[in-house]
Amino acid sequence: MATSEHKHPNYMAIFWYLAILTVVEIAVIYLPLPKFTIGVLLCALALGKAALVAMYFMHLKFETRTLGMVAITPLLIATLLVFVLLPDGFAVMKRTVGVKAATTEPAKH
Amino acid sequence: MSQAAAMHGAVEPAESPLTPESWGKLGMWIFLAGDAVGFGTLLAGYGAMRATSADWPSPYDVLGINLTALMTFLLICSSVTMVKALEWLGNGDKIRAQKYLFYTALGGAIFVSLQAYEWTHLIHRGLHINGNPWGASLFGTSFFLVTGFHGLHVTGGVIYLLSILRVVARRAPEASYNAVEIAGLYWHFVDLVWIMVFTFMYLL
Repeated sequence: MATSEHKHPNYMAIFWYLAILTVVEIAVIYLPLPKFTIGVLLCALALGKAALVAMYFMHLKFETRTLGMVAITPLLIATLLVFVLLPDGFAVMKRTVGVKAATTEPAKH
Repeated sequence: MSQAAAMHGAVEPAESPLTPESWGKLGMWIFLAGDAVGFGTLLAGYGAMRATSADWPSPYDVLGINLTALMTFLLICSSVTMVKALEWLGNGDKIRAQKYLFYTALGGAIFVSLQAYEWTHLIHRGLHINGNPWGASLFGTSFFLVTGFHGLHVTGGVIYLLSILRVVARRAPEASYNAVEIAGLYWHFVDLVWIMVFTFMYLL
């Protein structure tokens, strides 16, 4: 049942993409860039890798759209969570900014 | 599973199914969506604690990334052996499918062993769940909580894969295809979560 309907993507190609992206991720943290830029780059790379796994290894690309919606829901909730937590983060950061500058290097965000 | 698919067609002929052929697959996806929110909450909480802490240690300096990069690579490899197992099963080659399923479980077992080694090493250096020599005590708490939660998922996945291995051995290839595909979804999800954990807890 259902064996011939599945179009199998080129799994080895996906494997190499994932391996290369992992190497790029590790290389990125050594780049002489501001911490914020490195953070954005790392998030983008991680999301790219996660998308590759979900789309090709978990066959989401070949499933119905409704199943894709089931899969995308937690992503939306997680994004919302970040925005819910942001005001707290900013408020505390304002109060501790002097302490932070004294203990670590400045300009993290 | 084919029975379920047939029943589905009979009960709701007008409604298009969420997955082309399997309720079990939909069940696993819904479970994974819930699990993803669980991990999302942990990581968002980690981010909030870190952003609001004045003396959060640099994860890169404390944890190191050489071993963890190897673990990441290992988990990606085990995802590949998982899709290969499914591919071989689809081609009707039960023996090769079992072999690759075993490799996948082995990769997971090695991953958990390396994590145990890493934890032991870090605990010896002073990283504890309630404090550490480098700064905020929540650093250790969140590290052990998040990597531990993921490690438990991998451990559960290894047991799951080994039980699926028995299913494959006992049934005809086409009768176990669906079960292997569903187990694969869980395994790739664990890989996907590790990609996130590796990025947010080690690299950032």
